[in-house]
Amino acid sequence: MATTHTQRTAKLMVSPSIILLLAWMIIPLGMTIYFSLLRYNLLSPGTESFTGLDNYKYFLTDPAFFAALSNTLVLVLGVLLITVIGGILLALLLDQPMFGQGIVRILVIAPFFVMPTVSALVWKNMFMNPVNGLFAWLAKLFGAQPFDFLAHAPLFSIILIVAWSWLPFATLILLTSLQSLDKDQMEAADMDGAGMLAKFFYITLPHMSRAITVVILIQTIFLLSIFAEILVTTNGGPGTESTNIAFLVYSLSLLQFDVGGGSAGGIVAVILANIVAIFLVRMVGKNLEA
Amino acid sequence: MSSIHLKNVVKRFGEVEVIPPLDLEINDGEFVVFVGPSGCGKSTLLRVISGLEDATEGTIHIDDQEATSMPPGERGLAMVFQSYALYPHMSVRKNISFPLKMAGMDQNEINSRVNEAAKVLNLSDYIDRKPGQLSGGQRQRVAIGRCIVREPTAFLFDEPLSNLDAALRVNMRLEISELHKNLKTTMIYVTHDQVEAMTMADKIVVLRDGYIEQVGSPLDLYNKPDNKFVAGFIGSPKMNFFSGDVAAQYNADSIGIRPEHMDSSTESGKWSGVVKVAEHLGSDTFLHVVLDDLGAALVRVPGDMPVTTGDRVYATPRTNELHRFDAQGKTIKN
Ligand SMILES: Nc1ncnc2c1ncn2[C@@H]1O[C@H](COP(=O)(O)OP(=O)(O)OP(=O)(O)O)[C@@H](O)[C@H]1O
Ligand SMILES: [Mg+2]
Repeated sequence: MATTHTQRTAKLMVSPSIILLLAWMIIPLGMTIYFSLLRYNLLSPGTESFTGLDNYKYFLTDPAFFAALSNTLVLVLGVLLITVIGGILLALLLDQPMFGQGIVRILVIAPFFVMPTVSALVWKNMFMNPVNGLFAWLAKLFGAQPFDFLAHAPLFSIILIVAWSWLPFATLILLTSLQSLDKDQMEAADMDGAGMLAKFFYITLPHMSRAITVVILIQTIFLLSIFAEILVTTNGGPGTESTNIAFLVYSLSLLQFDVGGGSAGGIVAVILANIVAIFLVRMVGKNLEA
Repeated sequence: MSSIHLKNVVKRFGEVEVIPPLDLEINDGEFVVFVGPSGCGKSTLLRVISGLEDATEGTIHIDDQEATSMPPGERGLAMVFQSYALYPHMSVRKNISFPLKMAGMDQNEINSRVNEAAKVLNLSDYIDRKPGQLSGGQRQRVAIGRCIVREPTAFLFDEPLSNLDAALRVNMRLEISELHKNLKTTMIYVTHDQVEAMTMADKIVVLRDGYIEQVGSPLDLYNKPDNKFVAGFIGSPKMNFFSGDVAAQYNADSIGIRPEHMDSSTESGKWSGVVKVAEHLGSDTFLHVVLDDLGAALVRVPGDMPVTTGDRVYATPRTNELHRFDAQGKTIKN
């Protein structure tokens, strides 16, 4: 029914939702760009004035920005590394026939349903706390000095917490991919004299490459904007050691009340995310082609 | 030397005994076909030989060497799967060279063997394609190529042609037979198509419910079936069976006669009946006849015999090609 007439009607009919969606996106983006060009601090209301690109200049030359940029990258890469490798290993394990398989699978998936603030608090208070934490208790058990994770390795701790909550997602996707592996192929490899490792690297891993790509793409999108875990554990500190771009923008606009600077940071974050996206699609996107 | 000996091999899946104790000798260079109805255990037996399934009991010797608990990769056997089981992310070249690479062979040697195999199997034009970009017949050839480069002691085929169309199947059948003539390697071939079995085999093993019903050359099985099952299974179209009075005349519980072993006439003969359907193939005509006292039968007559539906015809069995069976279905020897 692709006559000109029906096409025009169709366009007319979908236009409200498209206009709404567009407005939903364009208006906040436009406002942010507009604010980013103003000198606008909530501590001195009514004194807004146009400053051109000054906010961007300040933001991009701020040493905190570079720290946040590298922290963001380390955070994303670290979590990706842990979840992809851990996910593959867990998926391999869960694919083995075993007693209580259904229950074990649900248990493995559970962390994904714990909301970020809660999981971060649990980790902070129950595991990583240098006095009452489980890790401290373990360390003392072996006669070692408890380690204050959040003070001395804040970024690593956050990576650990975030990886913990994303591991189930990776495991689940990789497991479904593993289960779709043709049994005949494995048997053919057996006949061809391939050992366990050879089978994994030559058959299983290439088979999973598409699922791994999906995991990397989806996780990267979410990991670029990690916020809750940082807020409830380290608050970006000590110093800027665990501040990522999202947290930096938050601290500029809501802790230092610099709306202009925060907006400029937000726009920079959008641009960075798009750069990352382009790279990702270039690097791994071709895996998704049939 | 590559003979395979199975002794008292049993295969059970839990309680279910798929293969009861079974002995089988496969000699060097033989083309052996396992044939039997669906679910009779052909694939299982082949997989036990290959090592993909463990034998529950019994022993397997390959080249006089105990191989019962050897992993599949060490038995020196190569297998062509029904689904081909090519590695989808590897090019044809990589697929074929995979077993050699696993064996740690030198790259130059690998290349020369792969090129040689590609030439023999007419794969040179597709060598850099992925399996997904090949036709069924080409995939089949890649699967065979992956086997021949290893120079295995024996080839195992599990219904390799069942995914191909009729014309291609005839072609590949010839190619595999030729391959066997050239390589002179032992081959074990599983099929439920008795035409494939008859045309390719040196030795046919007829299986039913895991039991070996008869082992022999194609013509042996055709001419001297040991029992009613083999008689009915081998030969196309199927043998006609009759029991009751007519069998009693021949001192048997039942008798069997092949459609091609009856002399037919429109005037007189031993049995008479009415043609229900006449299938004209040109060279021959197959008549589905309802014989007066005996019931339905199939009779082959020359293509130029003028008969159509409703005609009365007469058929006379050739006595020396009539098979007699006792109550257990065993053949009564003359
Ligand atoms: N893993 C298994 N567990 C339990 N039973 C099995 C298993 N594999 C096969 N069987 C049973 O063993 C019997 C023989 O199976 P097999 O695959 O060997 O048959 P086949 O002769 O190859 O039949 P087809 O011609 O249909 O391929 C079947 O009844 C099947 O249900
Ligand atoms: Mg089978």
